[in-house]
Amino acid sequence: MAGVLGRAAGVLAAPVAWAAALVDRPMRAWQNATGTNGMAAVFLAPNMLIFGVFVLFPLVINIAYSMTGGTALFLPDRTFVGAAQYERLLSCADYTDPKTCEEDQFWIAVRNTGVFVVFQVALMTVVAVVTALILNREIRGRSFWRAVFFFPVLLSPVVVGLIWRWILQRDGLLNAALFQLGFTPHVWLTDRFWAFAAAIGVSIWAHVGFYALIVLAGLQAIPKDLYEAAEMDGTKPGRVFWRITLPLLMPNLLVVIVLALIRAVQIFDEVFVLTGGGPGTSTMFLTQYIYEVGFASLLKNPGLASAASILMGGVLVVLTLVQLAVARRNEAKGKRQ
Amino acid sequence: MKIVKSVMAALALGLMSSTAASAGDVRLMWYSDGVEGEVIKDLVGRFMKENPDVNVILDNVAYKVVQEQLPIQLEAGQGPDIARVTNLKTIAQHWLDLTPHIKDPAYWQANFGNEFDWMRPDGSKAITGFMTQITLTGGFANKTLFEQAGVPLPGPKATWDEWVDAAAKVQASQKLPAAFAIDRSGHRISGPNVSYGANYIKPDGSPAPVDAGVKAFAEKLVKWTAEGKHMKEVWVSAAGSTYRAAAEDFINAQIAYYYSGSWQIANLETKIGNSFDWVATGTPCGTKGCSGLAGGAALVAIKYTKNPKDVGRVMDFLAREDIVKEFTERTLFLPAHKGVIAKGNLDFKSNNPAVKAALQKYVAATADIMPAAAALPAWKWATPYYGALVTRISQVMAGELKLDEAFARMDKDIADQVAQAK
Repeated sequence: MAGVLGRAAGVLAAPVAWAAALVDRPMRAWQNATGTNGMAAVFLAPNMLIFGVFVLFPLVINIAYSMTGGTALFLPDRTFVGAAQYERLLSCADYTDPKTCEEDQFWIAVRNTGVFVVFQVALMTVVAVVTALILNREIRGRSFWRAVFFFPVLLSPVVVGLIWRWILQRDGLLNAALFQLGFTPHVWLTDRFWAFAAAIGVSIWAHVGFYALIVLAGLQAIPKDLYEAAEMDGTKPGRVFWRITLPLLMPNLLVVIVLALIRAVQIFDEVFVLTGGGPGTSTMFLTQYIYEVGFASLLKNPGLASAASILMGGVLVVLTLVQLAVARRNEAKGKRQ
Repeated sequence: MKIVKSVMAALALGLMSSTAASAGDVRLMWYSDGVEGEVIKDLVGRFMKENPDVNVILDNVAYKVVQEQLPIQLEAGQGPDIARVTNLKTIAQHWLDLTPHIKDPAYWQANFGNEFDWMRPDGSKAITGFMTQITLTGGFANKTLFEQAGVPLPGPKATWDEWVDAAAKVQASQKLPAAFAIDRSGHRISGPNVSYGANYIKPDGSPAPVDAGVKAFAEKLVKWTAEGKHMKEVWVSAAGSTYRAAAEDFINAQIAYYYSGSWQIANLETKIGNSFDWVATGTPCGTKGCSGLAGGAALVAIKYTKNPKDVGRVMDFLAREDIVKEFTERTLFLPAHKGVIAKGNLDFKSNNPAVKAALQKYVAATADIMPAAAALPAWKWATPYYGALVTRISQVMAGELKLDEAFARMDKDIADQVAQAK
């Protein structure tokens, strides 16, 4: 048996050995000529090529588009307008009032996104912590409940949007339930406040499982003896949470907050399916604005859409740098401990 | 060496066979409002039986694909060989001039010539396609609900106010969520706007500032929405110029009156069935007239096709008088073919008397189209104008803008789009 397996392994390894032998000599020659750094370049090249083609090149093209005008799709057919698209986007008499802005819909989208980010991230973090605290307890069917909370993360955003639209629309499940209970039904998605609240609630429902998992990992990493010592000292549960759990959870919470921030700035799909950006423009966020201007409007404006996406990209770069800094700080702390 | 030669020969054969196959392929992009997807499938199958050397690939797609993805494909010099489109003028530079590829251009000119300007760039004499149907905007009333409420249907020259008042009485009596709805579309409200005296086009062909006619109807529509008479969610539940139809609300008897157009007839017949009686009403009157807005879908050839000859054969077949007649009778559309209209012996395939009455009503309503409305289908700036109307009126309905602010924004939006397109 062992002999058969050995022969099979030999047969399977033969092509690998053949390929290795084939590149061995040129690789050695390259290493002799360029040294260790040269070899690193060879191994990095495939990755950099993929990054270049699928990330860097589109980014450069996007910047180029943002400096052009007209309705033509192809860059060579478009007119160079310099920073005119940025000027149009940023031209405002009063930045707190979108009506005074040249491109009022962009600033409505900026304002909506800002408000959404503040409330969604704050609530998401609180709900994730509460969920993780519950799921960390010795409750019956703990694994089942963990799966239940994580399940919406696996759903497509379009499915999430549709499910909640069926619940919240005029003749939806919620109104049917309210009617049965003797309450007056309400058209939630045409009410500016409730539509915005629904956008926040649905996005929390869809993603909280992921963030709760990060917090749960943090909770499980807190040494049990700290809690035992607190219990022996007769510390009240609230004080245990504020003095032990929360400080030791802070690295995980920072990761949650930064990741949730990035995700919230990019919000689009589930809210677009749920509300279409309405009522009016109450739930139109930046990504939808870019989509509407660049793709959906009857007369498309790729230059303006590109400029808006570059500005949004700038915000995301800042947030990503914060995330990297947080990750590095956590890593350094971990090493010190 | 022998192996290499064999591989080369196989490759060459493969290449030749694939070229031969693609030479006879004609890709047709089609969307459906009602039953026309089934009808065209049948007709295309018949064409291929008569012409076995041409393989027509029918892509039945959503309307959104035609509106959003087709223009991008065309800009890239790609796309199908033939497409059914409603955005006829704005992207007309991508249509193929079929004149050298069709058997009898004079036949096309005689039967479809009135609408050629709708689907070719200004000043062009090209034959780029033909209208698969002429549409006209107009209303439908739920007759059963009116009867149950004891409210008589307003007469033939009733005004918008009269229709809305009557529908509001039905709403109150039957406890409906709204009295009426108009599709969320700039095209749909343009007939009513013109009926109140609007004219979008300056003498030089450029967009005119939003005028008293537009303002008058917009003001009414916003007021009716605030009063709960016009179904709010149709217009308010989206941002931008997104299209929303209110057909499902009418089909589900949630509204007493629905303003859309003739293309809904087959849809209403299929989905309403015997649930309730309905009638077509034409367009209610404004202060200046009772105009609907003509339009429709055209089948156009795409200039990037590799098989213009075969495309010409397919188009010749589908534009044939007997085929147009059959298509019209089965889809319950209004025909664009002059010969078919002149003979007038259309036998619409429906046992529902409401359908035949509705079609007759729409044919009669074509006489009410006012010149300012008749000019719009062939006007190149109609699309940006419609987009601005929808976007800004929706914002007013949602309480984000005042009407005056919305009118100023409409003018700016249209000016921006014109400047961008120049």
